[in-house]
Amino acid sequence: MSNGHTRAEHFPGPLHHPPLTSGEARKHHVPHEHHPKLQHHFDSMDQQLEASTLGMWVFLVTEIMFFGGLFMAYLLYRWANPTAFQEASAHLSKGWGAINTVVLIVSSLTMAMAVRSAQTSAKPKTQVMWLVLTMVFGAAFLGVKYVEYGQKFHDNLVPGPHFVWTGQYPAGAEIFYSLYFCMTGLHAIHMIIGLGIMTVIAIMAWRGSFDARYYTPVEVGGLYWHFVDIVWIFLFPLLYLIGAHYGAGH
Amino acid sequence: MSGHIASTNLYYAVFTALLVGTGLTYAAALVDFGFFNNVVMLAIAFTKMMLVMLFFMGVRWNSRLTWVVAGSGFFFLLIMFAITMSDYMTRGWVPGTLK
Amino acid sequence: MEMTLAAPRVDYLNVRHTVASWLLTKDHKRIGIMYLVVVTIAFFVGGLFASLIRLELATPAGDLVSSDTYNKLFTMHGVAMVFFVLIPAVPAILGNFVLPLMLGAKDVAFPKINLLSWYVFVIGFLFTLYAMITGGVDTGWTFYTPYSSRASSTNVMMTGIGVFITGFSSILTGLNFIVTIHRMRAPGMTWFRLPLFVWAHYATSLIMILGTPVIAITVLLVAAERVLHMGIFDPALGGDPVLFQHLFWFYSHPAVYIMILPAMGVISEIVQTFSRKNIFGYSFIAFSSLAIAIIGFLVWGHHLFVAGQSVYAGLIFSFISFLVAIPSAIKVFNWTATIYKGSVALDSPMLYAFGFIGLFTIGGLTGLFLSAMGLDIHMHDTYFVVAHFHYIMVGGAIMGYLGGLHYWWPKITGRLYSEFWARIAAGLVFVGFNLTFFPQFIAGYLGMPRRYHEYPPELQVWNVMSSAGASILAVGYSLPLVYLVYSLFAGERSPADPWGSRGLEWEIPSPPPTANFEVTPIVTHGTHQYAPSKEVGVV
Repeated sequence: MSNGHTRAEHFPGPLHHPPLTSGEARKHHVPHEHHPKLQHHFDSMDQQLEASTLGMWVFLVTEIMFFGGLFMAYLLYRWANPTAFQEASAHLSKGWGAINTVVLIVSSLTMAMAVRSAQTSAKPKTQVMWLVLTMVFGAAFLGVKYVEYGQKFHDNLVPGPHFVWTGQYPAGAEIFYSLYFCMTGLHAIHMIIGLGIMTVIAIMAWRGSFDARYYTPVEVGGLYWHFVDIVWIFLFPLLYLIGAHYGAGH
Repeated sequence: MSGHIASTNLYYAVFTALLVGTGLTYAAALVDFGFFNNVVMLAIAFTKMMLVMLFFMGVRWNSRLTWVVAGSGFFFLLIMFAITMSDYMTRGWVPGTLK
Repeated sequence: MEMTLAAPRVDYLNVRHTVASWLLTKDHKRIGIMYLVVVTIAFFVGGLFASLIRLELATPAGDLVSSDTYNKLFTMHGVAMVFFVLIPAVPAILGNFVLPLMLGAKDVAFPKINLLSWYVFVIGFLFTLYAMITGGVDTGWTFYTPYSSRASSTNVMMTGIGVFITGFSSILTGLNFIVTIHRMRAPGMTWFRLPLFVWAHYATSLIMILGTPVIAITVLLVAAERVLHMGIFDPALGGDPVLFQHLFWFYSHPAVYIMILPAMGVISEIVQTFSRKNIFGYSFIAFSSLAIAIIGFLVWGHHLFVAGQSVYAGLIFSFISFLVAIPSAIKVFNWTATIYKGSVALDSPMLYAFGFIGLFTIGGLTGLFLSAMGLDIHMHDTYFVVAHFHYIMVGGAIMGYLGGLHYWWPKITGRLYSEFWARIAAGLVFVGFNLTFFPQFIAGYLGMPRRYHEYPPELQVWNVMSSAGASILAVGYSLPLVYLVYSLFAGERSPADPWGSRGLEWEIPSPPPTANFEVTPIVTHGTHQYAPSKEVGVV
């Protein structure tokens, strides 16, 4: 590699930064905060919060595309089998679906309040209260889903060898229920993960980790929670309400 | 210190709007508007999503970069939907080709 | 005058030696090296399957392995190479190491997530290896339904799980890069002072974020059909197997741009250094990277031309596929214009760069043949397609990777490798590659189908040439393993800037200290600002 050496000597390059005198170096030295929660590759708490928030948003974009594949399948099969989907949807309980929608909206409110309580340096007990409320409603949501799934098993509406359909479009209905279970199942898994995340954050809040200077995990966890709520906002009408006015006597 | 702190009143107002939207979408589903049911449903869902994103998630007060990031996800989703459906919806348009 | 004995300099390699200090590291440089180890293993696993394929295809009869076994061989070759080599090679190894240095940052935005991405990668790889060892998969790396979801009795689930898990590694890497590039640039490092390697990785990260989740859900749906009997792609239930292809290729086409864009970024860096000239058309190359990423999301249907897709959709996909070639061509023109009247040095990285430019061009042009629907009807599923994508993937991406590995090797290890052996290896790779894959264009054009372990005897001459080339290629790829590892122990120590290059990463020692920069650099102009050339007056 002798070439490499000689070439370097013949072509000294302009430096990317002019040589700094000690005075200039002090001037240009980027100020470092010393908050205990500041990770060392960041220069400030602000930069850390901004980077973490951006990171969570980028992750949520991946979640949009992840669920998006299922919505694509739904779009196609609903377009291809409109009546079958309406017929199948009528067998879902609009009531439970609506209750679950309300439950999640409440949990989003309590989540927003939890973030706000950290932002305003509220007492740890207050922060934990809002977080626990959020988790309670999240758990309630899962409880309702458990009841619903149980009903589906009982009514032989789980796709596969035990699927029984007495209506007009058995094939379309089975596809509908495949999508129903895949979409609400994936959503429920995200909910469970969300409960896990909230548990960790609640414990941190209980220990007094969060105040106006540092509330990044609550903010970022909140973004995730709201996203899961938004997915349900679309799932509810698309799965539960398309057969609502389907002909009586089916 | 960073991050905009919204008022609790704003949060309660958004919460109320979300509940109203849920009620509306439920009520609209009970009436047969034909294809228009889908439009109403999606419009209400979209509005609810925007309320959650703008106010609960704070996008209203975030940098434009956040807007672009969030929007890009939906944009590419729409591309997936539109182009894939354009395949299925145009099959059989050319006589003699696969339907 | 007395020599003062300096204490040996502390760098990121020698700062701590324990296994734990590696496995629990948050240092992007160590994580890059850890990826290097796993990707290299995956490369030789994939290469082993390739060798068996070429051995079988040396004779027209299917006499080495049964057709079922052959199906497994090409499947596992594809899975290993696509998911565990081509996608991570440049971004997770070179990108992880060099990107923060180029930005003047101390690390990536989320070092712990970076480490997590490596563990996720390893776990996914282990699942896939387990699937390979305990019987293999025979669906093709594209695992089309309904064969993969209903009929195949091989380890589809296990491989699917491995691929699903590894996808998250890709997502986490892309996420980290996007936030790092947006939020961790040194003061004065404006977007248009960024090295083109960074632009390339930004565009790549966009694809990783937007595309990978779609294949993740697709794999889950295949699993749901196989295990839970939820027949989303099942024709018996009114499902559509072509929907699988739409969803699969919605990711897998942009995935090929994940494989090539970072390598293009490497070439942009190498070409400037070894021509002693600033890149011609910096903004064009930067914007072309973004254009490739975005337009690349609009062309997936060109894999479905003969799958039953509508002719009108095919028309649109065909047209856009022609368009996506334009930004790639712009880059090739700009690299060529950079080299023109430059002061060219033929060091081994530059040899790989030359190889890339020529072979990528051939691969890209043959892609245009395939974009034309009428031609694709004849050439779909023939060896013409196989040759096309190997020209891009191997002649392009792998050569770019090897060029980058050699270029930054002194920075990463602090050692200089044997330039003599590196040039021999580069030459063997080039000759071996062309002998392996050019005859495949001819065989494919003459009608030889892909994924068959036997073929008509009149095609044997092309296959024998291809298999002979493969053996040369194998030697060419094995040599770096020898001389690069040898350099670790006996190589000359490298100065900070062995190539006379320009860039923040060359201003810190080789190997760098853990924190990269003693003082955060203040950037006042872009990289590769070579002194004006007398003839051309280029600045």
